Amino acid sequence: MKWFKRVKEGILTSTQEKKEIPDGLWWQCPSCKEKVTSKELQANLGVCPKCGHHDRIGSQEYFELLFDDGQFQELNANMSSADPLHFIDTKAYPDRLVAAQKSTKLRDAVRTAQGKIGGHGAVVACMDFDFIGGSMGSVVGEKISRGIDCAIKNRLGMIIISKSGGARMMEAAFSLMQMAKTSAKLALLAEAKLPYISVLTDPTTGGVTASYAMLGDVNLAEPNALIGFAGPRVIKETIKKDLPAGFQRSEFLLEHGLVDVIVERAALKPTISNLLCMMKVTKKKKREAKEETAQA
Amino acid sequence: MAEYVLDFEKDIVVLEAQIAKMKEKEGADDNEAIAREIAGMEKRLDKIRAEVYANLSGWQKVQVSRHPDRPYTLDYIEHIFTDFIELHGDRLGFDDKAIVGGWAKLDGQPVMLIGHQKGKNTKTRQYRNFGMANPEGYRKALRLMKMAEKFDRPVITMIDTPGAYPGLEAEERGQGEAIARNLREMAVLKVPIVCVVIGEGASGGALGIGVGDRVLMMENTWYSVISPESCSSILWRNWDNKEIAAEALNLTADKMLANGLIDGIIKEPLGGAHADHEKTYKLVKAELKRHIKELKDIEPDQLVMLRIDKFSHMGHFQEG
Ligand SMILES: [Zn+2]
Repeated sequence: MKWFKRVKEGILTSTQEKKEIPDGLWWQCPSCKEKVTSKELQANLGVCPKCGHHDRIGSQEYFELLFDDGQFQELNANMSSADPLHFIDTKAYPDRLVAAQKSTKLRDAVRTAQGKIGGHGAVVACMDFDFIGGSMGSVVGEKISRGIDCAIKNRLGMIIISKSGGARMMEAAFSLMQMAKTSAKLALLAEAKLPYISVLTDPTTGGVTASYAMLGDVNLAEPNALIGFAGPRVIKETIKKDLPAGFQRSEFLLEHGLVDVIVERAALKPTISNLLCMMKVTKKKKREAKEETAQA
Repeated sequence: MAEYVLDFEKDIVVLEAQIAKMKEKEGADDNEAIAREIAGMEKRLDKIRAEVYANLSGWQKVQVSRHPDRPYTLDYIEHIFTDFIELHGDRLGFDDKAIVGGWAKLDGQPVMLIGHQKGKNTKTRQYRNFGMANPEGYRKALRLMKMAEKFDRPVITMIDTPGAYPGLEAEERGQGEAIARNLREMAVLKVPIVCVVIGEGASGGALGIGVGDRVLMMENTWYSVISPESCSSILWRNWDNKEIAAEALNLTADKMLANGLIDGIIKEPLGGAHADHEKTYKLVKAELKRHIKELKDIEPDQLVMLRIDKFSHMGHFQEG
């Protein structure tokens, strides 16, 4: 679902650029089957007004939701995937990329931006599921890594909104190593004593779960999001049993100690802003971090 | 004849069996003619082996990597190291049998060893969960790595897994979190880490003990984001394209090295590690010693910086 006009790379955008949705478009909730107008859904941040089902939204919508006045500076907006392995399955990888770029108007499966959230400086990396299932390839790894670099350099909080089916197979081991790369950068962020808030949204699985998505100082999750390492189908085939209701959903992860808070989309910004305030680096900590950097 | 025969190794196995028979005869008769014949057959065997192994496809190397006669982690530990003390448990309620670890000495030098462990028969395969670790395996591994850091000893990991276990309890106990934490902590561990793919290197389950200053692959192993079979089933929606998937994934040691994703290849004896264990141990030991020697004098902070820098440069993209 595209509600907003995508903005050109690297320029400031604002909520005024929102595309007007014509009247008379309807959306049926996949959960409660109720029909609401697309306008109503948009006004409710992509959450079903009847049952609270959180529909998938994209990076643009999250940026506008989180950043103060919808103002942000996009980082490394011009980066796109190469095809290092000349990968061909039923389709050549470059053709898949072009098709995905055309249909989504995105360059790849993540966008990163710098701005303020409730007055607190932050870098937000947000994945787009529409782009080849939000799969993590070199671009996703590199943009997140550079986003973390930017947070360290400017002493900002880091927020990653995950939404991914896992690794991008067409980049094979290059994709795998993005897990190591992003996790290593998060280690540096932690050493700099800067906060990292991970936001898990539907779905977050595979290599993304086994790297940055699970490494937040605080892990937030949207309600009823599918979150796991192995996909439910694979698990079912392995154990040859039906999976219990609610398995691998946000509430299940909360019960098993893997998620800190389940946050409704409407409460996402105040929650993050509040956390950034509490996890702000004090002068003493800042000094220690500086000394450590100086020693290194 | 060997119990497990790869289709492209049939000629080798037949000839091996003939040689074994001749040797029995030789023992009984002590006949010079037979000895000459055996020598000729052995020469022919080497030639066939060289031919077969010079041209292995990606999929064939995957098959070799899974050969049950290859040495596993505990075999390497027994034959390369001394004074091994296995250490158990994650201190959180579990001891995973699919990952083993402990202190040992490499020519007198204490090191921390950690590796996936597969079983050798039906019973032990189940006991080891086919080398598929649960979260507690990764947590045990991290506990041991931190111990190595505390006592300033190098870490050696041996990777051989078809993947982290995709089970219900594994998810409940945070499989993703356990692997992710290892990736982050290994990146900044202040002692040398040498990782060797000794068999299968499947995805996050492999990488979970695979972030090192040196990541080496043995000649006939594979390492990628997914197995060729699963890749075939997802991208082609059938199981028949595993050979094509194996090529497409570039998962062999030579291709991983060419792509800058590993740091070196450990040669295997002619005919693969399963053909000659003693020689394999020698080759692996020499490489481990060489790399640890190279790493041991680097300052810890420098070591960490170099390690992070190495992984930071992995990836292909375009800008503009
Ligand atoms: Zn609804």
